[in-house]
Amino acid sequence: MKFFGFAAGVAATMTLLSTTSAFAVTQISWWHAMTGANAEVVDKISKDFNASQSDYELVPVFKGTYPETLNAGIAAFRAGQAPDILQVFDVGTGVMMAAEGAIKPVAEVMTGAGMTFDKSQYLPGIVGYYSKPDGTMLSFPYNSSSPILYYSKDIFQKAGLDVSSPPKTWNEVWEAAKKIKTSGAASCGYTSTWLTWIHLENFAAWNDVSWATQQNGLAGGDVELKINAPIFVNHFQALADLAKDGTFKYGGRTSEAKQIFLAGECGIFTESSGGLGDIVKSGMNYGIGQLPYDTDAKGAPQNTTPGGASLWVFGNKSDEQYKGVAAFFAYLSKTDVQEYLHQKSGYLPVTLAAYEATKKSGFYDKNPGRETPILQMTGKAPTDNSKGVRLPNLPQVRDIQNEELEKMLAGQQTAQQALDNAVTRGNAAIKEALEN
Amino acid sequence: MAPQLAITLVFFYWPAGQALYQSMLRQDPFGLRTKFVWFANFRKVLADPAYLNSIKVTVVFSLATAIVAMGVALLLAVMAEKAVRGKGLYRTLLIWPYAVAPAIAGMLWLFLFNPSIGSLAYLLRSLGIAWDPLLNGTHAMILLVSAAAWKQISYNFLFFVAGLQAVPKTLIEAAAMDGAGETKRFWTIVFPLLAPTTFFLLVVNTVYALFDTFGIVHAVTGGGPGKTTETLVYKVYNDGFVNLILGDSAAQSVILMAIVIALTAIQFRYVERKVHYG
Repeated sequence: MKFFGFAAGVAATMTLLSTTSAFAVTQISWWHAMTGANAEVVDKISKDFNASQSDYELVPVFKGTYPETLNAGIAAFRAGQAPDILQVFDVGTGVMMAAEGAIKPVAEVMTGAGMTFDKSQYLPGIVGYYSKPDGTMLSFPYNSSSPILYYSKDIFQKAGLDVSSPPKTWNEVWEAAKKIKTSGAASCGYTSTWLTWIHLENFAAWNDVSWATQQNGLAGGDVELKINAPIFVNHFQALADLAKDGTFKYGGRTSEAKQIFLAGECGIFTESSGGLGDIVKSGMNYGIGQLPYDTDAKGAPQNTTPGGASLWVFGNKSDEQYKGVAAFFAYLSKTDVQEYLHQKSGYLPVTLAAYEATKKSGFYDKNPGRETPILQMTGKAPTDNSKGVRLPNLPQVRDIQNEELEKMLAGQQTAQQALDNAVTRGNAAIKEALEN
Repeated sequence: MAPQLAITLVFFYWPAGQALYQSMLRQDPFGLRTKFVWFANFRKVLADPAYLNSIKVTVVFSLATAIVAMGVALLLAVMAEKAVRGKGLYRTLLIWPYAVAPAIAGMLWLFLFNPSIGSLAYLLRSLGIAWDPLLNGTHAMILLVSAAAWKQISYNFLFFVAGLQAVPKTLIEAAAMDGAGETKRFWTIVFPLLAPTTFFLLVVNTVYALFDTFGIVHAVTGGGPGKTTETLVYKVYNDGFVNLILGDSAAQSVILMAIVIALTAIQFRYVERKVHYG
């Protein structure tokens, strides 16, 4: 990795050169879905990368939301106009993996450019998720997050709960939520974003129970869902019971519940670590805890799985372009770049060195809670249940789960019925997707 | 070749043909593996309970939207006609909402009825109504119909005002002299004479509710809770662009095309005959 050796002075000279030079500069296109502060991070990283060398020019293009970006990439591929790099969200990982003829594994991109991809340098939980069963790294983790628990210290105080110790288990969450509601400290005790990601996928990993067969789909495509096991049923029945009197409040399928928490309606909230920015901005007196676990689970807490997005490289590009992509990924892996990305955006650093450097700088002492998602994901070596979930049609399966859970929360069916239906319908959809 | 024909070929027949072809294929999202399956996608779609559900949802939604949008518009038009002063101002104000894009209209209503921050939701709650469009399908449907109808009221209003002005005053005055009350005059004279306008608006409103409300559904409910507000058009989008099942999605849009053709034929052949064009 000679690439890392550029001195700052050389980089500065290169800036001058790259702005004036008219000789063949290879353009590398990067389609992404980042908005707000995260879009600024993309622009800054691209600019800095372009300034650091003169052979390649990275061109970031915003393509809309995550699903829109994925669709744009797919449509462009079908038209023979695919970008070099496409940012794909976690849910789309299975879609990309199933398209072997369309993509080029990141590991091959790196070795083809004469670089090595040393997996031991990266956070194991994240690397495992974006690898093939045989260990080949398929995509480059760009922004990773993990679900954590937030709580309002003001509401805790009013309800007479211990402000310095957030609930650690789901039972403790239910109890605290009831206390918040009955004491009148807030109109609702608990709310959550992304029920499918937090209460099914991460619930399974964190409690070390199976979400689906075949290592949750990582080992092969012929997958059957396991989410109607008793531990899930009990968990969701408790949630449905709390929903009846409004102790638990449903916000929507994605991150809509954040509004409810920010409005001070609920005292406890589970959400992605990537959502921290808005909570900090709101100026509320908040605390952070680990994602709660289930006391019925033997292995809990195990580890959580990564959400967020990774960068995929399309196939059938020139060697020159692949060299540029490899150079960019090498640049992206640099400790100072990762440190910047982590501290500015709230996403996890993907290299261990960046994590250590951030720790040494005292960032976590000043920002307690920012380390929680990393500890959750790296605390234990992942098991077959906790490497993540992967399906060729995860968006569709999540839709099915959401529909059944909504019917359950509306009181139209029990947790057992909801999860049984989700399994039956989900399995049928998976089977069909495999036939395609 | 006439330019109109060329445009029709490029912008209608070509994409329609593509949709027809795609509807008989089974394909992965990237188009790497393709299988020709004849009508298997259609059989699958028509046997899918979720599809039958979305037909039901669409019928309820379209009828409710058309009835509410036309009923309210007619009432407002009759009222505005009666106004002695400021007629022009009323009309202008009532026509304004038509300039709002469907997605914006959806967001507006979403904010008003948002369970945690909406001002109208707050009002409903203080009246003792457990307003929850996120989990209650009926509430979600009411919200959608309100947003969709509200957006169309201005358009209908405009046409009803024009229609009302075309009703001869002499007829109304003669009826009044014969002792017919206001209600009787409206139902026996004005309403039948408005039939051409009403018929035209019925076609426009149905087509609007069927096809132009995607933005509202997308912004307000996203088809949920459950599948209670998933209209046919929304399902085409969801299956095609979110779930990436292109064959099913194409088959659904072909069915939708057939529905439109049938609907238009029926309306013009049978309903139009009964309309009195004075």
